Amino acid sequence: MPEPILRIRKLTKKYGDNVIFHDLDLDVNEGDTIVIIGPSGTGKSTLLRCINLLTRSDSGQIWFGDKEITAKGTNEDRVRQQIGMVFQNFLLFNHLSALENVKLGLIKVKHLSKAAAEAKAMEELERVGLADWAGHYPGQLSGGQQQRVAIARALAMDPRIMLFDEPTSALDPELIGEVLEVMRSLALDGMTMMVVTHEMGFAREVADRIVFMEKGSIVEEGSPIEMFNRPKFERTREFLWKITELYGAKDHDET
Amino acid sequence: MPVIRQELKGENLDFLTLLRYIASGTAYTFGVTVIALPSGLLIGTLLAFLYVYGGKGIGKVMNVYSTVMRGIPPLVLLFLLYFVVSKGINLSGFWAGSISLGIVSSAYQMEIIRGALLSVGNDQLMAARAVGLSRRQAVINIVLPQALRLAIPPWSNEAAIIIKDSSLVYALGVPEILRRAQLIGASTHQPLLAYLSAALIYFVLVTVTNRLLNLLEKKLTVPSNH
Amino acid sequence: MIAWLNYFSRFKTELLQGSLITLELTAAGLLIGFVLGLGLALARSYGPRWLRGFASAYISVFRGTPLLVQLFIIYYGLPEMGITLSQTVSAYLALGLNSAAYQAEYLRGSIIAIGSSQMRAGRAIGLSRWQTIRFVILPQALRLALPSWSNEPISLLKTTAVVFLIAVQDLMARGKRMATKTYDPIGSYLVVAIIYLLMVFGLDALLKFVERKTRIPGFDAEVKKA
Repeated sequence: MPEPILRIRKLTKKYGDNVIFHDLDLDVNEGDTIVIIGPSGTGKSTLLRCINLLTRSDSGQIWFGDKEITAKGTNEDRVRQQIGMVFQNFLLFNHLSALENVKLGLIKVKHLSKAAAEAKAMEELERVGLADWAGHYPGQLSGGQQQRVAIARALAMDPRIMLFDEPTSALDPELIGEVLEVMRSLALDGMTMMVVTHEMGFAREVADRIVFMEKGSIVEEGSPIEMFNRPKFERTREFLWKITELYGAKDHDET
Repeated sequence: MPVIRQELKGENLDFLTLLRYIASGTAYTFGVTVIALPSGLLIGTLLAFLYVYGGKGIGKVMNVYSTVMRGIPPLVLLFLLYFVVSKGINLSGFWAGSISLGIVSSAYQMEIIRGALLSVGNDQLMAARAVGLSRRQAVINIVLPQALRLAIPPWSNEAAIIIKDSSLVYALGVPEILRRAQLIGASTHQPLLAYLSAALIYFVLVTVTNRLLNLLEKKLTVPSNH
Repeated sequence: MIAWLNYFSRFKTELLQGSLITLELTAAGLLIGFVLGLGLALARSYGPRWLRGFASAYISVFRGTPLLVQLFIIYYGLPEMGITLSQTVSAYLALGLNSAAYQAEYLRGSIIAIGSSQMRAGRAIGLSRWQTIRFVILPQALRLALPSWSNEPISLLKTTAVVFLIAVQDLMARGKRMATKTYDPIGSYLVVAIIYLLMVFGLDALLKFVERKTRIPGFDAEVKKA
């Protein structure tokens, strides 16, 4: 069994006296799709942001590849070049077109030539199905389209792992499917992904492992079959039942 | 002090000649504006960046600067600076006026740009860093372009204010529009016409500037359906 | 250098009198400006087309020309038409007419924000247009306008400094007198600057207090969406 690409050990994050999460342990293997579920405000988003160092955790360690990225003196920018992140609110650069959004990192960070950057950017936009919209600005795109551009932007950097922070929570229902579809094909292509979401259909079908977090710690984790059919803890069962009721179980992810 | 030429004295000068005499002061008005506005922008932008990205201590200093510079009437600052600088260098009213207006404006422009930077918001910064851009790259490539667009309307307002406040250098004897209007109004006994002409010239300057900046804003607007 | 510190006590009465005049000028300008400004705002929001045009033109002209020029037109120009006003009255008038243009914009902004939905609600219960404006829209609009309108009294306070150029004995004029008596322009104007700053702080605190006292509970959050 190869070394996990991401190892989290005893990670703790507090805001003042408020403990967001404490002593978290998690392993992610290359090619895994991990779906993190749990009630709102349990630190799932914060965890993702700690992984790509947008937020600094208070104690504990994160190992990415063979480097401990929580160590002092780590070049944060370098780390983030290898980790892709997709936000709930898309956060496209409003003053740039879709193509320019995707190109920016390639030019400024990877130092590709303009031509090479453009070619690669178009490739990624094709991958998410938006090649025809390359010249459009975020204000001219629907939420689903914006999110797909955001995914392309993250993918363009050839990250080793992709983090999705509730990628469909801000979308109108009819636009959710197109984004989940892109994420599903990404997972099938072998991308290592960590997804925080309420989309149970997606979790059930695409996840290699589901992690249930509540009140700042991991209650349980396991394969979709284990979690949905034979959860070990009552809390897990309760949460899954509630959320499936809310999001309409199986019929929901049919695109 | 410009001397009124003999042929310009006397009653009921024809309007165009009057206007032309007064309008020649526009060069000074223009000069003051062209010095004050950009220097205010330069200093103001620098200070705004320090204020927003410089940490608590610097922020407090900037706050004091802003409060003091915006709490004193520009005229007072004009006089103060004129006399302070005159101790060392022999500064003309024109330069003293231009520089003090620039300093006053820098405080207002700092607030404008600071507001714009904050409006762009931290999220855009966060998204840029998530792609791997350094903080410096993120601010320059993502925050600044959006902030500048947001800053144009209030900045256009500030430009109009500087053009109007340039009339204050009248008090330092600079032969700009208002001073000329006064001279020719007195010598031809047509003060009303003279001052109305001055008003007209200022009005044109302000309106044209506003229109041009409006055009710039439209040109830079990012297309959107929302 | 420290000599200027005892100007405060040496010229106590002069400075106090000057400050009072300055405050009077501010109050007069504010009041005249408010009454006229409100009229202009209502004219632009609810008036017939010709009135709206007139109000727009007025605002455009008074915001597009320097106060100093407006002041000179009134004090030096009007006598040519037979209207001779004292320095003080000229100052009050100029400040008031000028301030009206700016206040009109603040007030109109909040009238629009409160605007048509409240108008519909008022008419729906049988109030006439004018009654709705008076009892429903204005009470809300005036409170809503307060934060941004608060800029105007402070701006006016600083603007009054220019009237010393037509020999009104305000704080600035006293400063000039001090300068000629002490042969220390820097110290004198520094004292004047500090007093203006203190007045601005005081006025700001007063305005914030009024704002707090007149706030409608729960209203601000709702209005922010509009």
